[in-house]
Amino acid sequence: MTETLTGAQITVRLLERQGIRTVAGIPGGAILPIYDALGQSTAIHHVLARHEQGAGFMAQGMARATGQPAVCLASSGPGATNLLTAIADAKLDSIPLVAITGQVPKAMIGTDAFQEVDTYGLGIPITKHNFLVSSAEELLEVIPRAFRIAASGRPGPVLVDIPKDVQTQAIEISAWPEPARAEHAPAADAALIEQAAAMINAAERPILYLGGGVIHSGASAAAIELAEKAGLPTVMTLMALGAMPVDHPLALGMLGMHAARYTNLALDECDLLIAVGARFDDRATGKVAAFCPQAKIIHIDIDPAELDKIKTAHIGITADIGEALGQLLPATFQNSRKKWVDRVNALKAEFPLAMSDLDNPRSHFGLIQSVAACLDDDAIIATDVGQHQMWVAQAYPLRRPRQWLTSGGLGTMGFGVPAAIGAALAERERTVVCFTGDGSIMMNIQELVTAAEENVNIKIVLMDNATLGLVHQQQTLFYGERLFASQFRSSPDFVKIAQGFGIAAVDLDASANPCATLMEAISRPGPCLIHASIDAEQKVYPMVPPGAANRDMIGA
Amino acid sequence: MNAINRNEQNALARAVLEIDVNNHAGVMSHVVGLFSRRAYNVEGILCLPVGDGRQSRIWLLVNEDQRLAQMMKQVEKLEDVIAIRRHNADHAVFQDLESFFRP
Ligand SMILES: Cc1ncc(C[n+]2csc(CCOP(=O)(O)OP(=O)(O)O)c2C)c(N)n1
Repeated sequence: MTETLTGAQITVRLLERQGIRTVAGIPGGAILPIYDALGQSTAIHHVLARHEQGAGFMAQGMARATGQPAVCLASSGPGATNLLTAIADAKLDSIPLVAITGQVPKAMIGTDAFQEVDTYGLGIPITKHNFLVSSAEELLEVIPRAFRIAASGRPGPVLVDIPKDVQTQAIEISAWPEPARAEHAPAADAALIEQAAAMINAAERPILYLGGGVIHSGASAAAIELAEKAGLPTVMTLMALGAMPVDHPLALGMLGMHAARYTNLALDECDLLIAVGARFDDRATGKVAAFCPQAKIIHIDIDPAELDKIKTAHIGITADIGEALGQLLPATFQNSRKKWVDRVNALKAEFPLAMSDLDNPRSHFGLIQSVAACLDDDAIIATDVGQHQMWVAQAYPLRRPRQWLTSGGLGTMGFGVPAAIGAALAERERTVVCFTGDGSIMMNIQELVTAAEENVNIKIVLMDNATLGLVHQQQTLFYGERLFASQFRSSPDFVKIAQGFGIAAVDLDASANPCATLMEAISRPGPCLIHASIDAEQKVYPMVPPGAANRDMIGA
Repeated sequence: MNAINRNEQNALARAVLEIDVNNHAGVMSHVVGLFSRRAYNVEGILCLPVGDGRQSRIWLLVNEDQRLAQMMKQVEKLEDVIAIRRHNADHAVFQDLESFFRP
């Protein structure tokens, strides 16, 4: 049976067939045909964001929480440019996203038409791949391909720009393409796996270094199994937090700029570094030449371009992490490696992460701890960007892959609230907490009304220090205490603002029993903002100063 | 500098890349964008369709530095790149064009 459908209807049908059930976006002239078709869809729920960047981060929240590609929509021109930050953010953190933008009609492209911008050109450096669709027919190939590219190999964002006349062009359809699935990565080279296993077996002081690729690959369990079998103390990047529970006996927490001292010191002593799904980011390695100076390196990544990019590996293996670990496991010997584990534990005892004032819910660490006490591991923890992000990374007991949503590579303020909304939309049964700062929340505060409209179960914990805290910290430590443009001279009443947007809000400052107030706010379903003032003088410590080696940390 | 000297120097400092790509409007931007974002100068570019025109071949003349291996891996990752091969700077493709580039 053939049907006559427009490009817009085809696009929507292909999204439905792909299993997409929630999309976020904002309409506008050049994407109205698609919105018209979307309005007829009973399968897809459209979430009306209040800024396209919000829509982009909502889609990211869905994708990060589920591991499946998620979709955001925007119109041409300013709609498309507003999406770009969220797309760039997805690129740096390898998040599968399909962004669909409307474009002016083909005949008007290149004429500086109203709301025309070179979306294709803008997309090139910040997407995994992008398309400018030239016919309705082509959509049948491009849309599934966009999903396949987004989800295959190293995931990433794909942008599909669709001119308005392509959306309105009607064609006859007799057959639909199969929904796209992630392609299987080529298997790891067996000989290299063999050599890597021999290297692990021969090592005296190995460390397993997990990156975000472990989460993307769904390989956390395999990584833990390898660590346990081969006796591998394990560090995680910011992106990998949750891959191994923090309280696992072999877990050394996050490495790098804001690691615990013992973590970086253990890396300094290791004789073998097994990097899996990690990319030797500068925040993780510090001064590269001084990173794991005694170690041989095994590097496993699905993206061959990551091998030898920053550090030359002794063994570089291109493979899906889960598969490579599965091959590595039987080839490694059972080894408790007591001497090395004891040494690491001694470092841990001597140079632990100092978390001051844990029992005081009005302190930064105490607040994070008190929030954690209200939740179990089913909760999703999102953050914005700044000091609060690093404190949560240091202190929150993350125990589950995809529990942790943070903007790592791009470090985008404004990520938190919309990403939390997206996660809550995708995983309705979970409580989603967003730790944010008074600077970050302002960057996408308009999405509070989206949270109200969708009645999502998110709890925004606003750690208000009335400063751009991380900037304040840098200026204090490295710019002679010349504080400039980092202190707010005027602060809004966040509780009133939240209420004005239609969501519940509580102020821990005004509460006689903050723990009880927290518990009540967190257990009440629906969106809620929890405001808590914290001390602006607090620093994220310890810290590797810019350009220094990881062993040379400053602060508590 | 006479021609022999120049070629000798080129042979030391340059490389020629041969890249098979799908032939459509955005491919060239994707490829050269990888170079420009790294401030990696492309000294020469040549591109023509191959066979039935569904594919093109891009020839690049680039300076050889320690980033070249990484550059090639990045090019290889592009969706529309089918293959990339590396040649020495004395490859005929650019040399045969010299007559078109006299000042
Ligand atoms: C979009 C964006 N602009 C600027 C920055 C630079 N920046 C990093 S942290 C920070 C301050 C964040 O302040 P806040 O959200 O209040 O968090 P805090 O550090 O106080 O916990 C700034 C301005 C950024 N990361 N992202």
